[in-house]
Amino acid sequence: MSRIPPGFSRFLLPLAVFAALVFVLAVGVKRSPEKGTLESALIGRMAPEFELPDLRDPSRKVSSRDYRGRWYVVNVWGTWCPGCRVEHNVLLDVRRSGLVPIIGVNLRDEQSQALGWLSQLGDPYEVVVMDTDGRTSIDFGVYGAPETFLINPQGIVMHRHVGPLTHEAWQRDFAARINGNTTPPSS
Amino acid sequence: MRIVLILFAVAASLMLGHALAVDTTQLDDPKLQERYRALTHELRCVKCQSQSLADSPSEVSSELRREVKNMLLEGKSDDDVREFMVARYGDFILFKPRFAPHTAWLWFVPGVLLLIGVFVAVRIVRQRSALVTQDNEPVAEDPLQEEPRQG
Repeated sequence: MSRIPPGFSRFLLPLAVFAALVFVLAVGVKRSPEKGTLESALIGRMAPEFELPDLRDPSRKVSSRDYRGRWYVVNVWGTWCPGCRVEHNVLLDVRRSGLVPIIGVNLRDEQSQALGWLSQLGDPYEVVVMDTDGRTSIDFGVYGAPETFLINPQGIVMHRHVGPLTHEAWQRDFAARINGNTTPPSS
Repeated sequence: MRIVLILFAVAASLMLGHALAVDTTQLDDPKLQERYRALTHELRCVKCQSQSLADSPSEVSSELRREVKNMLLEGKSDDDVREFMVARYGDFILFKPRFAPHTAWLWFVPGVLLLIGVFVAVRIVRQRSALVTQDNEPVAEDPLQEEPRQG
């Protein structure tokens, strides 16, 4: 057996192991902000279809098919959700800008409470549907409100935002895609 | 009286077990119940991220358990249930990731690490046994020359 040069086993090998460790940890740390957020399985795929009762008039059913052919935003919220209160003003600003309709998916909520919330805080939604048993939210892969989805005129999910929406995130991930029309989908 | 107390204690402790269990779903068919139990243990809670569906008290988990139950009652296969979950929540929801191009390294890296470990171990053992045979030889004229071998 040939003798290994002392410089290699004593110094280079541990250094190589150390460098590999630094690399792995650096990648891990750099990516850590995304780690709390699950990648959406829906990005680049057809948005799930739904047909749910209208919050303001439950005898009327609202279908996602009514929105085919134009950009729209789906915002999952509930009165039990503190983050939804945080993002509410951003949604109101989006409504005022008139750029894109927001469909509210009211998750696991009481109709009276949801209506009270909208009359008290303002109503940013073109329409709100009641997802009382959470089935439609499951189809969207929602794991906690608020979550916000951008869907293009072909019905494809272009973006998903988890947690309270901010003005910056809206401009960067939503408005820019709607205006530019060419940005590839990303999670 | 004593017997009543003992019975009461036994009944209370039995109920305690139920109270501690998050999921008390019972399906009529024992085979379905077993598949339900297995599936809810191999699917992850998407909200809490370190519990299984079966262990999680979160609302989304109870809704996902309901979907598992309904799909089993509809006669869907275990793979149908897994497909349903992965289509909506991604590979994350499976505790045991499937083999796919982007998960391949998960499966190969342990084997590679094992090979490296075996290689290192064999090298150390060979070096050590070389030292042992040298012990029987006459002492080298210059001991400093032997030094690197001990590393």
